[in-house]
Amino acid sequence: MFKYIVKRILLALVTIFIVCLITFFTMNAIPGGPFAGEKAKSPEVQAALEARFNLDKPVGEQFLLYMKNLAHGDFGISAKTGRDISKTISTKFKVSAKMGIFAVLLAVFEGVFFGSIAALQRNKWPDRLIIFMSTLFTSLPSFVLGSFLLVIFSVKLGWVQAWSPQHQNLILPVLSLAAYPAAYITRLTKTSMLDVLGQDYVRTARAKGVRSSKVLFVHTLRNALIPVVTYIGPMIASILTGSLVVEQIFTVGGLGNEFVQSITNRDYPMIMGVTIFLAVFMVTMNLLTDIVYKLIDPRITLE
Amino acid sequence: MGIENEPYNPDKTPKKHAFSLQLDVSKFEKATDEEKKQADVMSESSSFFKDGMKRLKKNPLAVFSIIVLVVILVLIIAGPSFIPYSYEQIITVNGKRDRSVTNMAPFQWSKLEQQYIDEGGKLFPHIMGTDEMGRDYFIRVIYGTRISLSVGVFAALIVLIIGILYGSISGYFGGKVDLIMMRIVDVIYSLPDLLMIILLSVVLNEVIKPTGTGLLARLGTNMISLFIVFGLLYWVGMARLVRGQILTIKQNDYVLAARVSGAKSSHIIRRHILPNCISVIIISAALQIPSAIFTESFLSFIGLGVKAPMPSLGSLASAARSGITTYTYKLIFPSIMIGLITLAFNLLGDGLRDAFDPKLRR
Repeated sequence: MFKYIVKRILLALVTIFIVCLITFFTMNAIPGGPFAGEKAKSPEVQAALEARFNLDKPVGEQFLLYMKNLAHGDFGISAKTGRDISKTISTKFKVSAKMGIFAVLLAVFEGVFFGSIAALQRNKWPDRLIIFMSTLFTSLPSFVLGSFLLVIFSVKLGWVQAWSPQHQNLILPVLSLAAYPAAYITRLTKTSMLDVLGQDYVRTARAKGVRSSKVLFVHTLRNALIPVVTYIGPMIASILTGSLVVEQIFTVGGLGNEFVQSITNRDYPMIMGVTIFLAVFMVTMNLLTDIVYKLIDPRITLE
Repeated sequence: MGIENEPYNPDKTPKKHAFSLQLDVSKFEKATDEEKKQADVMSESSSFFKDGMKRLKKNPLAVFSIIVLVVILVLIIAGPSFIPYSYEQIITVNGKRDRSVTNMAPFQWSKLEQQYIDEGGKLFPHIMGTDEMGRDYFIRVIYGTRISLSVGVFAALIVLIIGILYGSISGYFGGKVDLIMMRIVDVIYSLPDLLMIILLSVVLNEVIKPTGTGLLARLGTNMISLFIVFGLLYWVGMARLVRGQILTIKQNDYVLAARVSGAKSSHIIRRHILPNCISVIIISAALQIPSAIFTESFLSFIGLGVKAPMPSLGSLASAARSGITTYTYKLIFPSIMIGLITLAFNLLGDGLRDAFDPKLRR
């Protein structure tokens, strides 16, 4: 167990290092370097910027210095606004995180609920309906769903106001973010639930005369949820990347919006900072998911 | 005649002597042509492929998705030849531009066009209206579908080729080679792919400047970078799948027999191993297509997609957001198209898996 966790952490560290490596060197490959914005800078400013970010030093040394700064939480400053990137990330990420947490919760509850119904009503109409709906939702990109939700509920019906600093209404963005993972979890729950329902211990529990609600919640659901745990890491990744477009549609002022803005503005230090931040976040979440998965299921053999 | 066809009836057959053999002579007559036919094989021997197709045909959702895909294919192949507009052409009447041609609703005519029709001229209707620059929207959606679909198929091909090569080498040779190759896969697998795609698209956009007027130049650097990134990152899932399949098949006796009789490794992989796992591989490649279309439309949506004026479904949907309240249909058409294509591919993939995956066969 200990060996596995150490191995997994090492892999995560290597991954994070490689992400930083790729990010740094690809950004360096841009002609003119990462600080050559569209605005023409005076030679003094250019020189000062280069000195500030050590651009006058050899590339290898620059990378080491950038990594050293990163380790201290210093992402540098934005090439467009001149603001401190780590501060921007921390304020904007709060908004995205709030939305993301709601989306994760909604997706898990919805997915497990409908997945269980589909498994218990196998090959009857609720099962068919649920599986069809989940296939439908896995086939709709989040920006399509988001745009439709916006048109229907905000524009045509006027039930929900679009996001603004005054009305921080997250219902629609959360719904469009949660749709894909919820549909995925539904299918996952159904498959694993069917698998568990066929196990001997479920039959034994029934034969013993255990109450059916207890069989469902204790014997079946608890074991059926283990595969769902493995999906938490990928789900967070999908919600984070989904937030890039969903925040655009609903004009939510979160990190995703900031990232897309920085891409449009060609604000390279910002792109670099946000990429590394999000990548580290995703890799960490994957790491935690894997460890938790091994911890909760003693049946999994460890190499 | 007549007698042979009558069923045997003990009452009708003449009573024979008690010590006779009690034979019914009619049973020893030559078989008629009709009776000979009964010995023929009624159903032809069924191959694995035919068997799977039979099962696929019984799945209504899979059949439906095949029909949808065929209709879309016919539309995008034949469409441009019967629609007299092009995707980058601003609509003019007799060479004259018309202010009212922009943002028209489906089947609406501009003033000049109306005048032209009143004078007895014939024009092709704007089935989906026009866009904000006065271009026919139907043809743009068709071209957008073309781009999105070809990106999906092409990306799936890249993934398929690299994944099969890498996975089969790793799985077949095993040992240290396998260990090192799979560690590389592990690392690439844990990279956040979409972020890397965005990053590489941003960078490659600045670095590569395609020249000339070839298709790649018209698609723009973003598409090239999308393919490069697919080639760099997306194949790992496929490589893992292929490796896993090969590891199982490698244990079979016929592989051992081939090796003993001196067959080369490449021959064994090509002749004995790949044909046995090809159906699983093809199915997961088919499921790769919608995910590539997803990625492309996602990138187009955040402004890293195909180069204007070439449309893709994602960039059309993105452009439609600016007039979302008044011109909702401009969002609906490309969105429905994306939804239909990915839904059809997903349903077809599921159907193929059910029909061809021997492990799932009931």
